[in-house]
Amino acid sequence: MDSTVTSASEENVWGGGNRPLGASYGKLMMWFFLVSDALTFSGFLAAYGFSRFKFIETWPIADEVFTHVPFFHGNFPMYYVAFMTFILIMSSVTMVLAVDAGHNNKKTAVIWYMFLTIIGGAIFVGSQAWEWATFIKGDYGAVETNGGRILQFVNAETGDRVALSEFAKTLPDDRTEHERKNGVWYYDEGYLPTYTVNEVIAGLKANDDVVIRTEQIIQEGELKGEKMVLDRAASLEKIKDGALVVEGANLIRNEYGSRLFADFFFFITGFHGFHVFSGVVINIIIFFNVILGTYERRGHYEMVEKVGLYWHFVDLVWVFVFTFFYLV
Amino acid sequence: MAHEHKLEIFRGLLKFKSNTSKIWGVLVFLSVVTAIEVALGIAKPTVLTGTNLLGMKLLNWIFIILTLVKAYYIAWDFMHLRDEKSSLRRAIVWTPIFLVAYLVFILLFEADYVYNVYKDGFVKWNF
Repeated sequence: MDSTVTSASEENVWGGGNRPLGASYGKLMMWFFLVSDALTFSGFLAAYGFSRFKFIETWPIADEVFTHVPFFHGNFPMYYVAFMTFILIMSSVTMVLAVDAGHNNKKTAVIWYMFLTIIGGAIFVGSQAWEWATFIKGDYGAVETNGGRILQFVNAETGDRVALSEFAKTLPDDRTEHERKNGVWYYDEGYLPTYTVNEVIAGLKANDDVVIRTEQIIQEGELKGEKMVLDRAASLEKIKDGALVVEGANLIRNEYGSRLFADFFFFITGFHGFHVFSGVVINIIIFFNVILGTYERRGHYEMVEKVGLYWHFVDLVWVFVFTFFYLV
Repeated sequence: MAHEHKLEIFRGLLKFKSNTSKIWGVLVFLSVVTAIEVALGIAKPTVLTGTNLLGMKLLNWIFIILTLVKAYYIAWDFMHLRDEKSSLRRAIVWTPIFLVAYLVFILLFEADYVYNVYKDGFVKWNF
């Protein structure tokens, strides 16, 4: 080893203690996690794209599914999601401001900005819960055919959606409920839709202005991009395929159309909502640490910065979910 | 931790005096882009929905491009990648972009193939 020539600069390079990426260990590890998490989300969204391209002519139109705003009645496509997006971007901003205040060691400012960030996150998670509840409850109801296709009902003249309750008849029903005392093998009865298929069929026959709208999206002509509406005769023929009444959505079937649509909705927004929720929890922990003066004593607020990275990432993912679920 | 901030956005077109004002500027920009997206999504101009480009509606391409623009500013200014070393920035950005582009390309081609099989095949699905 005595032939080795050591100069000062070489000692700097090989002597250890270098920071080629100029970031601390904790920050690098946070970035590692975020990149892998980004790949997970991309996998989900790519799978959504796969299913959508597979059923490109029958996929539900998001504008017609997400039309509700809390406390208001009527048809407001996308306004509420846009509001949610804005809330999340806003809480991202307060987070950056908290990080910035941390760089300048302003404890009170960090506390306030962290507080606002947590509030924003809570509003977002609450909105998502409401969105789920509305989606699960459904609003018009539909009939599923033997082949698993969804038939919706519209007014023949106006083209507006018609709810099952507006036209379905109530037929005398001789259905008897199976009770525990009568059976050796007994399950509790599951959820029953409000109407039976026969009641919907009778209602359709009786109301001349109600027709069926299928899942099919028209590919050419003036009505391109809209769902195919059958005429009266075809509707009466089509309803014969009806097998089930579907109200709202679950993991097996939903009244909006393709079954996969609801599955992906629950899975992707659920996974994202879980991220937001854990982000809020982590933010609360850091919030109390700031109040207790942990980072003041440590001399730097890098922990706020690391949590901030995670919080912005959640915002970043939402930007993509918003586009691919609600806009495209 | 790098304490100096780069205070220019839009390639130096807009310079801010402090980091805080840059954050607010980026917020305004992101809100405007979101507003444009929502307005286009509600209006759905036929000029944009009628034109197809590479198998997708022009409107959808606009949405995707605007999304990437938003993602850029969130990552560069909120996650302050702008202030990091370029080696770190490239490692973070190009790895997922490469993998995701690859995955999306394969999956969407495959999906289009499956769509055609369903369409032209002998399986009856609408009954």
